[in-house]
Amino acid sequence: MSKQKWEPKIVAFVCNWCTYAGADLAGTSRLKYPANTKIIRVMCSGGIDPVFILKAFERGADGVLVSGCHPNDCHYNAGNFHARRRWDLFHKLLDFVGIEKDRLQFSWISASEGKKFADVITKVTKDIIALGPFKTYQDMNAEFTTVFPEFAEAGNKEIAYEEEMTNG
Amino acid sequence: MKIGVFICHCGENISRTVDCPRVAHFAEGLPGVEYSIDYKYMCSDPGQKLIKDAIREHKLDAIVVGSCSPNMHERTFRNAAVSAGINPFLVEIANLREHCSWVHDDVEAATEKAIELVRMAIEKVKRDKPLTKIRVPVTKRVLVIGGGIAGIQAALDIANAGYEVVLVEREPSIGGHMSQLSETFPTLDCSQCILTPRMVEVYQHPKIKLLTYSEVVKVEGFIGNFKATIKKKARHINEDLCSGCGLCITKCPTKKKSYNSFEENLAFRPAVYVPFPQAVPNIPVIDETVCMYYKNGKCGMCVKVCDRGAIDFEQKDTMLVADIGAIIVATGYKLYNIEKATPESKYKGYGEYGYGKYRDVIDGLQFERIASASGPTAGEIKRPSDGKEPKKIVFIQCVGSRDPSKGISYCSKICCMYTAKQAMLYKHKVHDGEAYVFYMDIRAGGKMYDEFVRRAIEEDHVKYIRGRVSKIHEENGKYIVKGEDTIAGMPVEIDADMVVLATAMIPQDNAPKLAQTIGIPYDKHGFYNEAHPKLRPVESTTAGVFLAGACQSPKDIPESVAMASATASKAIILFASDTLEREPVVAKVNEDLCAGCFYCKKVCPFGAIEVRDIKDVNGIIYKEVAYINQGVCQGCGTCTATCLSKSIELAGFNNEEIFAEIAAL
Ligand SMILES: Cc1cc2nc3c(=O)[nH]c(=O)nc-3n(C[C@H](O)[C@H](O)[C@H](O)COP(=O)(O)OP(=O)(O)OC[C@H]3O[C@@H](n4cnc5c(N)ncnc54)[C@H](O)[C@@H]3O)c2cc1C
Ligand code: SF4
Ligand code: SF4
Repeated sequence: MSKQKWEPKIVAFVCNWCTYAGADLAGTSRLKYPANTKIIRVMCSGGIDPVFILKAFERGADGVLVSGCHPNDCHYNAGNFHARRRWDLFHKLLDFVGIEKDRLQFSWISASEGKKFADVITKVTKDIIALGPFKTYQDMNAEFTTVFPEFAEAGNKEIAYEEEMTNG
Repeated sequence: MKIGVFICHCGENISRTVDCPRVAHFAEGLPGVEYSIDYKYMCSDPGQKLIKDAIREHKLDAIVVGSCSPNMHERTFRNAAVSAGINPFLVEIANLREHCSWVHDDVEAATEKAIELVRMAIEKVKRDKPLTKIRVPVTKRVLVIGGGIAGIQAALDIANAGYEVVLVEREPSIGGHMSQLSETFPTLDCSQCILTPRMVEVYQHPKIKLLTYSEVVKVEGFIGNFKATIKKKARHINEDLCSGCGLCITKCPTKKKSYNSFEENLAFRPAVYVPFPQAVPNIPVIDETVCMYYKNGKCGMCVKVCDRGAIDFEQKDTMLVADIGAIIVATGYKLYNIEKATPESKYKGYGEYGYGKYRDVIDGLQFERIASASGPTAGEIKRPSDGKEPKKIVFIQCVGSRDPSKGISYCSKICCMYTAKQAMLYKHKVHDGEAYVFYMDIRAGGKMYDEFVRRAIEEDHVKYIRGRVSKIHEENGKYIVKGEDTIAGMPVEIDADMVVLATAMIPQDNAPKLAQTIGIPYDKHGFYNEAHPKLRPVESTTAGVFLAGACQSPKDIPESVAMASATASKAIILFASDTLEREPVVAKVNEDLCAGCFYCKKVCPFGAIEVRDIKDVNGIIYKEVAYINQGVCQGCGTCTATCLSKSIELAGFNNEEIFAEIAAL
């Protein structure tokens, strides 16, 4: 992405059966959408751990999209029902700690909804651009670590370890 | 770990918007990457050879391929890796085509994104562990849902190969729509004559268990190991005792209480009935909603006349459970309901054509019944209102089809052909009659199909008018059809005695519900989705579930039969070995970490999680932990996200792997 202008970083956690295939269909139909979103594929939206989302924010994502099959269409029958309940709660929690609700969005996109996939990505990108860069996490982290310096050290170690893993 | 990166141009499909050499060059500089290259067609033979040679030459441990979607070629690249000695699960695909080059225009942005996608894949592959496929046993029995021509063909093919079939049909008889047809294009042979022998063959086949008047209510399990629950609705007739004499039917006093749906409501039927004389099985059912016994406890005429004592008013619905290895869905279609538009229905009716209001405005299946020798008029062309022979008949094609404003964008494919057939049948029976056809285009692709339509026009002098009909209204017993002849460029008006609407083929009402029961996807209309539109047209995306006939999209009989035989061979291929290889993407519990809360057990959609006792040296249980049955687990990972102590990992998608992808952003 161009270096001059700020471009949001968005991560989409999608299930293998519906949304990933929907994204494929958007491609085969040659629909266009902004290039900011990177997809991470999991088998079922039921398997998306809230920690993944926190990790994404921690690693500088400005927005996160979670998408799976429509209720009742889940490849695994019920995985997405668990997902739905979990996300509802998690969304409220994020809201409670002061993270804008639109930073984390959910949608159901089936394998036949290529158009919907393109539309959702376009909308999410627009929303995140409107919200601007995501600083809350870093701010909160900074605030926290000034109060508890020992955690800062532990956190730095963790990041260093991750960096090492990534580079090593 | 030494990683190889292979960036495919896909001809120009990727390289048009992604600077492939730059992506390859970038990857080369990343830690762990030993070798990186771009090439025009990675999936081609030379492309695969390039990968294999590189693996051997550079002693690679894992590879990343930047190419089309993993749904296209993941298998190809995994196989290539295996033949060069790498575990197939140490192969990651970065989707540079469907998720990048095809959806972005800007070369700079697309290339940047491609680089990130490749980097994410590299980070994931670094943490991937070699996995081996799991073997599970296969139950060699097929469940066929729907007993139309497609289901019949599939059941016979499989049974003739020596495997057991459970054929479930919702109606009291098998046969489907083909049993309602008079004669069939393009040969004009009698539909019943070619169908009935097959129906009987199904009934008599020792390998086929036929369950009519039944529905599949639950499907559990997975390929090779499904468990299906089937509801057998109460017929109120004991099937073992009934001899099919039909005395109850002739004596039942409720002669005109109910419309005969097989005759498309052009005739009546009593409370106890078989749908049509050649029904298989030839065992009646009692319709509770009409039967007087259920109304007021009186009558019981059938009990009196049945000398075999087969009538059983107390009979209840029963549930059967069957172990199944493969499922063939062949539930067919129904016709677009033109009666009236309701606020809930997504299709809008054709009020302007007066269907449901004028009795002589009928649909295609009603005409089939009128033209059928076994139909309500014994094959004589008579109009429903007064039984007179229509001297002028108008056929209207594309009623509903190809009309997005009515909710249907697709072409129903068969109406051009059956309209030509019906116009010919009319002309053969009413020699002095005039037949008109309003059409948008003639689509008669198929062996001898266009010749068939030409025959209707040239030999039988059916008058074809290109254009739409705007309105039909009644005037003195005639139906005034107002339309436009777009070739002559002028309005036309025909005073017809009868009008036949070629209405669109749409999915059965319960199609989405059945799809949800089985766990297969469907399109926005309700037709079932094939796994690949070109290369896997008879498979659903759910392993072990196949699709035959018009439930997948509008189809004629030869196509339905071809598809049915294809699904049969898919099932037989599956049964060729006693065990089945499964992807090793399954969850596993770390017993040291597991706290024994069993939240996972509650959320697992497949009941794969069991309780396992951990004993000390003295055999005393000191801990209970979760244990996941690898044969049952389907690898959704719901348990992993639920587990509070993070003691479950999904092979191929564990937390470390996903964190690495996130970190690589
Ligand atoms: C007016 C008209 C004329 C036609 N003329 C011709 C012709 O001349 N030549 C030609 O080749 N084709 C013709 N066709 C097309 C032909 O009818 C179809 O191609 C054929 O019937 C498709 O067969 P099928 O088995 O897929 O579906 P169907 O015939 O619809 O059979 C489906 C079966 O599944 C059962 N079923 C549905 N849902 C369930 C469920 N949930 N559980 C259990 N069972 C279920 C139904 O009761 C039915 O028995 C014509 C069609 C129409 C409308
Ligand atoms: S009891 Fe019901 S089915 Fe039997 S004859 Fe009377 S009305 Fe008909
Ligand atoms: S991954 Fe977990 S929840 Fe999903 S099927 Fe396997 S054991 Fe059940």
